[in-house]
Amino acid sequence: MTDLLYSEEEEALRAAVRDLLTDRCDAAGVIARAESDTLHDVSLWKALTDGMGLAGLLVPEELGGQGATHREAAVVLEELGRAVAPVPYLTSAVVATEALLACGTDDLLSRLATATAIGTLAVGLHAAPSAPLKTVRLEGGTLHGKLTGIADATVADVLLVPADDDGLYAVDASAVTVTPQVPLDLTRPLATVTLDGAPGRRLGEAAPAVRRALSAGAGLLASEQLGISDRMLTDTVRYLKERKQFNRPVGGFQALKHRLAQLWLEVAGLRAAARNAADALATGSEDIGVAVAVAQAFAAPVAVRAAEEALQLHGGIGMTWEHPVHLYLKRAKADSIAYGTVGAHRAALAELVDLRSP
Amino acid sequence: MTDTARLLARTRELLTANPPVDTDRLDFLRARFDAGLAWVHYPEGLGGLCAPRSLQTVVDAELEAAGAPGNDPRRIGIGLGMAAPTILRFGTEEQKRRYLKPLWTGEEVWCQLFSESGAGSDLAALGTRAVREGKDWVVNGQKVWTSSAHLARWAILIARTDPDVPKHQGITYFICDMTDPGVEVRPLRQITGEAEFNEVFLTDVRIPDSRRLGEVGDGWRVAQTTLMNERVSIGGMRIPREGGMIGPIAKTWRERPELRTHEVHQRLLELWVEAEVVRLTGERLRQQLVLGQPGPEGSGMKLAFARLNQEISGLEVELLGEEGLLYDDWTMRRPELVDFTGREAGYRYLRAKGNSIEGGTSEVLLNIVAERVLGLPAEPRTDKDVPWKDLAR
Repeated sequence: MTDLLYSEEEEALRAAVRDLLTDRCDAAGVIARAESDTLHDVSLWKALTDGMGLAGLLVPEELGGQGATHREAAVVLEELGRAVAPVPYLTSAVVATEALLACGTDDLLSRLATATAIGTLAVGLHAAPSAPLKTVRLEGGTLHGKLTGIADATVADVLLVPADDDGLYAVDASAVTVTPQVPLDLTRPLATVTLDGAPGRRLGEAAPAVRRALSAGAGLLASEQLGISDRMLTDTVRYLKERKQFNRPVGGFQALKHRLAQLWLEVAGLRAAARNAADALATGSEDIGVAVAVAQAFAAPVAVRAAEEALQLHGGIGMTWEHPVHLYLKRAKADSIAYGTVGAHRAALAELVDLRSP
Repeated sequence: MTDTARLLARTRELLTANPPVDTDRLDFLRARFDAGLAWVHYPEGLGGLCAPRSLQTVVDAELEAAGAPGNDPRRIGIGLGMAAPTILRFGTEEQKRRYLKPLWTGEEVWCQLFSESGAGSDLAALGTRAVREGKDWVVNGQKVWTSSAHLARWAILIARTDPDVPKHQGITYFICDMTDPGVEVRPLRQITGEAEFNEVFLTDVRIPDSRRLGEVGDGWRVAQTTLMNERVSIGGMRIPREGGMIGPIAKTWRERPELRTHEVHQRLLELWVEAEVVRLTGERLRQQLVLGQPGPEGSGMKLAFARLNQEISGLEVELLGEEGLLYDDWTMRRPELVDFTGREAGYRYLRAKGNSIEGGTSEVLLNIVAERVLGLPAEPRTDKDVPWKDLAR
């Protein structure tokens, strides 16, 4: 049976990650970094990985990982979402790692698990698990082509690239040209990757590996969206208890209370849906497809609404660059496209539960 | 022996002593009550064994497998869900022994005399008066939205015993005999054509003081127990996927491709996802309850179900197109049960409108979530310290 709760160990993990993020990833720092030349927080990434071993949660111990499951990775993502932390956790420790796991054991897997390397799947962040795969050309033994919207490519040491021979190739970042794009969400940077005769090492079949990786990415993204939503709700409730107009806290006005209560209800639903997806991924349940599609079809609008409500209910201050709400709005909006839109996940669901289109 | 093993052994003893095939239904239910297997978390002698509530499922499964008769909980929901927990908490020993057994077996149906035309969301403003005369209370007033009043033997009743104090303080809680000559039950026909509920007129109804629950003037606090249990009972059940209102529309969609449109398809998928998420939220709440750690999710379940039921049934009528213009039956009936699946889409659409009103309006429930879960301030109140008799009406 699906376990929708958090275990004591999972709560302990959450507390440890939250402590670290409270110390090392405050909103002012994230805002300042968003305008700097290094969008990723490499030292935070080191603390999360070298210090806490979080990059290897999904990797078996004999391959250098922690031998934990998607349930624990989901808890980490909730906390990273709460802090809009600019680290390549979802892309390297979940998506790229899942792609490598699908290809069988590989030395690269251990490097990702121990964070001696950062990997990213060279598939546009917008791609849904069921989307047709965009590939590069394999010609004369090397790879040629241009891929866009690759998340965290600027910080990656190795790219996992699907080619037109149906293979998935490991390509050294030094062998390609990575050009930063200007992203809506500055905390998850995007880049174009140009391969001009880049050498690659074939890891295995691209299609099943990419599908598995994107499915895990989509399923666990719901936990990041839960973290964003929960943070926005909590911050807004706190602010509305403090903020006074008309000689009373504005949080006492029924028009606002109802909006927040409604949002709370949606966040409670998102928590159940995200736990369900994480548990399905962790147990390799037959229900993974439905659990992931349901979580994503539900999570994206909730996270976006939570951030939008936070902005509106903070009033003018919510519109400023110095207030962190915009970080969450941008992340939530980008997340609503990442690993497939609501529409893409609904379409997948229509097939899975036999509610076919006309 | 573990609790589970003890309960299983006792259940098998009950089955051996009263084989379901040749035991009268009521006799079996009475024997089950006496064996402490009715509601295992209740005290011994009152249908229970002081066992953890979560183990009821062990007993139920064993009895169901043996083909034992049930007490038809849907027919006696108000008794089981509201009257019983209140009697258990506030009743005297004598009251518990008198009322709980026939309540549980279904021999005596209960109804609830709370709402009035002038006291809905503001229930504490109620005006039904109870005046002390010797050993009795004499009750006059009018109650409304009373389901099962025409079937009920007993009612839980709240009435005003002191109009000179603020409204929450002057209320007392009673058990009212529905066969008293001063009780008149009139059907109240609703938009579905049926009359599930009633208006109840109380004229010089005499209630002996021995049927008072809790102290004089403490009725509001007693009623809180009743109302809390009403809302908690929704979260306890496990629902399969497509188990609720989404089931019939999904079935129609699959079986009748000629009705499908792209626009309805998108809304159907959206609602299917929401129904599944609400189901998972309920399951999460259930898992917390099993561990004895109820989460605040319970407050939201009724809100979520009300909205979903209304949206899904509305879409179902639309999906049916030409058939959606028709209605199965407007005949005035007095149903014993609310049955969403035994009727057509139009009935579901109309009946679901009540889901956001009955048992606390969605607006009031949103206030409860905002204040008790999120800790937001209450609206300023002008009625708190004013004697009931001086309130605007």
